[in-house]
Amino acid sequence: MARKSHVQTTINGETVEFLCESRQSLLEVLRDELHLTGAKEGCNNGNCGACSVILDGRLVNSCLVLGVETEGKSVETIEGLAEPDKLHPIQDAFLENAALQCGICTPGFIMSAKALLDQNPNPTEHEIRYWLAGNLCRCTGYDKIVRAVLDAAAAK
Amino acid sequence: MTENKEYKVVGTRPIRHDGVDKVTGRALYGADFQIAGLLHGRVLRSPHAHARILSIDTSRAEAFPGVKGVVTAQDLPSAEDRIADLGEGAVNLKHLCDNILASDKVLYTGHAVAAVAATSPHIAEEACKLIDVEYEVLPPVLEVRQAMEPDAPLLHETLKTTSMGETADEPSNVASHIQHTLGDPEKGFAEADIIIERDFVTGTVHQGYIEPHNATAHFNQDGHLTIWCSTQGAFTVREQVAEILQYPISKIKVVPMEIGGGFGGKISVYIKPVAALLAKKTGKPVKVLMNRTDVFEGTGPTPASYVRVKMGATKAGKITAAEAYLAFEGGAYPGSPVGPGAMCIFAPYSIENVIIDGYDVVVNKPKTAPYRAPGAPNAAFGSETVIDELAEKLDIDPLEFRLINGAKEGDRRADGPVHPRIGFIETVEAAKAHPHYTAPNGKKHHGRGVASGYWFNIGLESSVTINVNSDGTINLIEGSTDIGGTRASIAMQAAEVLGIPAESVNPSVVDTNSVGYTAVTGGSRTTYATGYAAYEAAQDVKRKMIERAAKLWEVDASNVQFEDGVFSSINGKEEQISFRDLCGQLGQTGGPVVGSGTVNPGGAGGAYATHVVDVVVDEETGKVEILRYTAVQDAGKAIHPSYVEGQIQGGAVQGIGWALNEEYIYNDEGTMTNASFLDYRMPTCLDLPMIDAVIVEVPNPGHPYGVRGVGEVPIVPPMAAIANAIYDAIGIRMTELPMSPDRLLKAMGKI
Repeated sequence: MARKSHVQTTINGETVEFLCESRQSLLEVLRDELHLTGAKEGCNNGNCGACSVILDGRLVNSCLVLGVETEGKSVETIEGLAEPDKLHPIQDAFLENAALQCGICTPGFIMSAKALLDQNPNPTEHEIRYWLAGNLCRCTGYDKIVRAVLDAAAAK
Repeated sequence: MTENKEYKVVGTRPIRHDGVDKVTGRALYGADFQIAGLLHGRVLRSPHAHARILSIDTSRAEAFPGVKGVVTAQDLPSAEDRIADLGEGAVNLKHLCDNILASDKVLYTGHAVAAVAATSPHIAEEACKLIDVEYEVLPPVLEVRQAMEPDAPLLHETLKTTSMGETADEPSNVASHIQHTLGDPEKGFAEADIIIERDFVTGTVHQGYIEPHNATAHFNQDGHLTIWCSTQGAFTVREQVAEILQYPISKIKVVPMEIGGGFGGKISVYIKPVAALLAKKTGKPVKVLMNRTDVFEGTGPTPASYVRVKMGATKAGKITAAEAYLAFEGGAYPGSPVGPGAMCIFAPYSIENVIIDGYDVVVNKPKTAPYRAPGAPNAAFGSETVIDELAEKLDIDPLEFRLINGAKEGDRRADGPVHPRIGFIETVEAAKAHPHYTAPNGKKHHGRGVASGYWFNIGLESSVTINVNSDGTINLIEGSTDIGGTRASIAMQAAEVLGIPAESVNPSVVDTNSVGYTAVTGGSRTTYATGYAAYEAAQDVKRKMIERAAKLWEVDASNVQFEDGVFSSINGKEEQISFRDLCGQLGQTGGPVVGSGTVNPGGAGGAYATHVVDVVVDEETGKVEILRYTAVQDAGKAIHPSYVEGQIQGGAVQGIGWALNEEYIYNDEGTMTNASFLDYRMPTCLDLPMIDAVIVEVPNPGHPYGVRGVGEVPIVPPMAAIANAIYDAIGIRMTELPMSPDRLLKAMGKI
């Protein structure tokens, strides 16, 4: 078996160390090694966005990043978004707008929406649809998701 | 029996109970399950669409470091050609088992052949490549009409057509033929001033849930088997696994994890029995996950079909007769949804003379599984397009045409049942009055189309238990896995009965050892039937609480009434106590209060939808863009309107994908060439406008709050509505799905 690498990275503001095989993706490391299962595997090839996380400020599909590539970097996942006593405004907006049904795509959509609002606090509906086109949802028809992101932007 | 009054909780929009867990990533889905000592399983699948298995040699895989066990069909109990009843109708046990792990033949690319358990998923995957399978490759048959030809390659040497009770002598790919007749179709067509007859073809499409199938199984030393998984029905998993493994249901516990979409596709089991076999062989818990290609190639799509529809009408616009020929692909084994297709095809209309023939045909594709109103969209694409053409030729507004012919209470469907109170006409009236329908439409290459749809909905068994807490809240225990917010819609019905806020209910979806039998989350039944069970359980709590108040006040229970969350004494003592305060006194009045409700209701009440869509067709590329979409639906009573809207919007968008883009594309060898999300190409949010969901409420007399199932019918109208809009835009009738750019360009004569 391949020798494992030691990696030190920052996840949701905390320094984290882990061992991983070179072939393990960041998604596998998050889920299987660190038990951060909020990022989901829908396709494992970058098509669905269910595994979206933010790496050094940039939205990525964690299934397309290797665990070893995160050495010295900073990863934000869905688990780090809420404060202890308060949800993030995007999370609140998803609940208020009933913007989820089964919920499997929800963490990815919320991280993707956060990456959008971090760089464009007042997006138009079209800009939201363009940005979120990398995240698939099969339940909602996207209507309420787009409304939730519009609401979250207005609430900021 | 419908209660006619203002509701306090029903019809409001509380935050769903599982919401915070799902927006924070804390909710645990099947693949998230972890347990000490876990092994990882991987399934080897057939590279051939049709082949005889000559031999399987697993020795190299077994010797691979890290591999702990390998299983094949040899590890399944022998399954003869006998019939198992799994609650949803009779199933041939050999077919059921062979679809889990092929024994003698593989019948589709992706058919499971063997499975490996190893210390890591990567090792299991590598070991699969070391299993040597020798095949004798056979010619595949991939299309329903070809499969029906007398000289077509046969999938099953023993399959013979049953036609209305009679079994044929010779083997065939046609598993069954059904027929429904009403009145005298010949006479009806003779009375028509105009007759339209058209052929339609629809492609194979997948449910497309984002979460792949998953299962973790563990066998205890005492023989108890536990399966943690994502499923639409924990009890149906228990039944299917018990049948396939020939194992007692009392020794199987199924723990439903959160489920990432299903749409009918997570009712059949695939890898759950495989995980159990691997767990038995290794003595360790084993987790088996599918990847996306496995999901496309190895799990039930909904069938491709060939549909011919003929309808006649008088000059005044009255339909005099209708005829349909439905040939549906069952996939590798019999079981296409041609039955429901035949039930639904003409159900929106009152037609005196009808004949419907349906054929269930096997082909070398994955065995079909239910997908949202299974069979109805294929059928409605044909009938609703012909309706549009009739209305156009008669120069009658298409919605007016539906009002002239619309089915009402007391009308008989061609397959037998008489409609109870239904809301079809109300959906058409609401669509006709909607600003979308009255808005101008006439720009070049822009078009507007309408179509309607029907789904009968089902009831089936549900159980709910309510435990009353001392602080005035209740814990509600249910067995319906929550795919789209049903914890809320079920909890709200109990809250309404008890006069407490929705937030005072803690709903839990529990395992098969911890709640009474509950059928699948499917058939649009969950808010209807499990909600009904919650209503009954809350009524049970109410009765018991009235007895406690009577005991407290030393009066007869008949002298206690309960209204708006307050118990009061009538006829004598002027006493009052709130539900909450009485909950604090249960200890002194006899101990805990537990209520239960079990139902198997018959009055599901059919659902109707009428959709309006505007499109623009790009003449250069053949691309159809959806500009505006309005979906009207009778919900009976919307318990939580936001999630009803969500069902309508989601169903409409799945229909849009089916209409414009989605299909399994096969090469000549019978292998799907687009088995990824990128190439299968479901709608993204950039492809769509907002979807205006309009709820009409015609209460269902078969439910205390008037609920009708809402989940399925919204996928029925979109294909025909869009085809009719394309006709309005460019004057061409599209009769083949999907109406993708290449088909549009061909139809326009551009390629």
